[in-house]
Amino acid sequence: MADIKLMKGNEAFAEAAIRAGCDAYFGYPITPQSEVLEYLTAQEPHKRTGMVVLQAESELAAINMVYGAAGTGKRVMTSSSGPGISLKQEGISYMAGSELPCLILNVMRGGPGLGTIQPSQSDYFQATRGGGHGDYYTPVLAPASVQEMSDFVKLGFELAFRYRNPVVILSDGIIGQMMEKVELFPQQPRLAEFDQSWVTTGKTPDRKRNIITSVDLDSARQEKHNQDLQKKYQRMRENEVRFESTNCDDADYILVAFGSASRICQKTVKIAREKGIKLGLLRPVTLFPFPAEEIKRLGRQVKGMLCVELNAGQMIEDVRLAVENNTVVALHNRMGGMVPTPEEVYHAILQKFSIE
Amino acid sequence: MEKENLRLDEIIREENIVFKKTPLLTDKVFSYCPGCGHGVVHRVIMEVIDELGIQSETIGISPVGCSVFAYDFMNIDMQQAAHGRAPAVATGIKRCWPDKYVFTYQGDGDLAAIGTSETIHACNRGEHIAIFFINNGIYGMTGGQMAPTTLPGMKSSTTPYGRDTRLMGNPIKITELVATLPGTYFVTRQSVHTAVNVRKLKKAAKMAFENQKLKKGLSFIEVVSNCNSGWKMSPIQANRWMEENMLPFYPIGDIKINGNFVKRN
Amino acid sequence: MAKIKGAIVIDIERCKGCELCVDACPTDVIGMEKKVNSKGYHYAAMEHPENCTGCVNCALVCPDAVITVYRKKFED
Repeated sequence: MADIKLMKGNEAFAEAAIRAGCDAYFGYPITPQSEVLEYLTAQEPHKRTGMVVLQAESELAAINMVYGAAGTGKRVMTSSSGPGISLKQEGISYMAGSELPCLILNVMRGGPGLGTIQPSQSDYFQATRGGGHGDYYTPVLAPASVQEMSDFVKLGFELAFRYRNPVVILSDGIIGQMMEKVELFPQQPRLAEFDQSWVTTGKTPDRKRNIITSVDLDSARQEKHNQDLQKKYQRMRENEVRFESTNCDDADYILVAFGSASRICQKTVKIAREKGIKLGLLRPVTLFPFPAEEIKRLGRQVKGMLCVELNAGQMIEDVRLAVENNTVVALHNRMGGMVPTPEEVYHAILQKFSIE
Repeated sequence: MEKENLRLDEIIREENIVFKKTPLLTDKVFSYCPGCGHGVVHRVIMEVIDELGIQSETIGISPVGCSVFAYDFMNIDMQQAAHGRAPAVATGIKRCWPDKYVFTYQGDGDLAAIGTSETIHACNRGEHIAIFFINNGIYGMTGGQMAPTTLPGMKSSTTPYGRDTRLMGNPIKITELVATLPGTYFVTRQSVHTAVNVRKLKKAAKMAFENQKLKKGLSFIEVVSNCNSGWKMSPIQANRWMEENMLPFYPIGDIKINGNFVKRN
Repeated sequence: MAKIKGAIVIDIERCKGCELCVDACPTDVIGMEKKVNSKGYHYAAMEHPENCTGCVNCALVCPDAVITVYRKKFED
């Protein structure tokens, strides 16, 4: 029988972490994601699965606890919101450089600075461009439902270990806080075996010693390391693009939106279709790698695209790069915690593309 | 002389070895300056791990600073931590592997400036790890800048006229500070400038690893050391200077053993 | 009377010539060689081997772990 519950997005994420066999969570409270840590501590997962949960003294400490545990091959995660994710960029960069797997949830709020605790999508650039210092990328999954807050934990860990790379789940205050029905996946076992080719669990006589590091002062070797990382990111681009199309096949116009904005746009598509406008919705599920090919293909088919974002217009840069001037790309956006209504987006379509 | 040579031949034989480099140090030549205390501390820690037979259960964490490449020399599994974050990294490892031996190796800038928060909170939580804190009162790797532990009046490349405590504050005695936290089980300050002190450090280091089995808290070992390059002295001069200036300010000895403060005269 | 005699062997190529062993030796066994190793360091050497008791002090303070110490008891 399906295990269906009514849960907040943040709670579904936390429950999914336990069920995915996560070994450890290290975090620090910040709105609007504190329910993750609260849910985990209330659940006492050390009794359920042996999972470690620790409230760190700061986001810096939390991400470096993740680094340490990840370096021993464990399935580890953390969560935060914009200001905290900024602090975590140091550790994320180190993990990208050292090629460590981990899962990072960002429940976005409005910025810059302390900004607002209301929902926003203003960390798109930060998430999809690596975020910290140095040349690196992390796969970025953008959930649009509480169900995906749960499902992407499993997927996120799979990607993290497939590529030995941090994976970011880029959610926001709407998805994190709203309650929806969610079908929870069954409990999975925690890891019992660790890849002795790289983990630091103590050097045994039968293997070489393992070192987790991102520093190499030999420029030739450092360049080679960077080239290898770039090859890995290229493999992600070739194999991990995920998106969801709604009514795109016959569309004259396309909305491009991710996460909570895409939920609003789904309703806009319905409204438009009822009025006889052939509107479709392309929702990137992975923001890195970005579904550029699909958007390029659609760009040749449609009369215009409208990016709907809860930020100043960040994803639109990737959309414009993807369509290669084959169609007009416009923006409808809200910021600072404001959220557009489906009708507002519908009117934006009419106005931007001069539809009578 | 001939008799002497004959005797040397008899003495220098495998069966007469009373001291040799531990196999837990790699063959790589230390990257440290001639006379630097890092090499001695590295060796002592590796000797202890070797003697306790815990290489397969030990994970070390190197910091940012001169000892960033400690993993090149220590023949064990190691992680390199971001600047100051080693105690958090150690926490992550130890919480997931409570029966392993975990230690950090950190300098004064790493541990007592940028990593103060991680240091204090790891100590306060009583993580069952060992922290080795090398205090030479200066930032060695970046070229001899003021450290949190630079003595009042002491010259560095960023206090060229001596540390003015009115402007730069006073040096931090972080070892005394962490000793006040209930989470620390063993807190001591040692040095490596004489053979006697090296022996004492080894005893302390052994205790720091053995304590991890007890799971009663954190072991914190400060090693007051030299930086002859940064201090612009010969190694011998630097050790003398350290004895005359550093040790009165940072007195050697145990501060807390088995969770109890040691009475000092 | 039995006599304890010691000797040290220096890994010349790893020695950085810091002279801490010279300072640590209680019986003035060690001196610095006029020659240099391939890195250009004057390296430590036994100048007065007859004085060595194998006390290990030099090896303990050596920052580069270059000294191996031997000790043997002689019945005279």
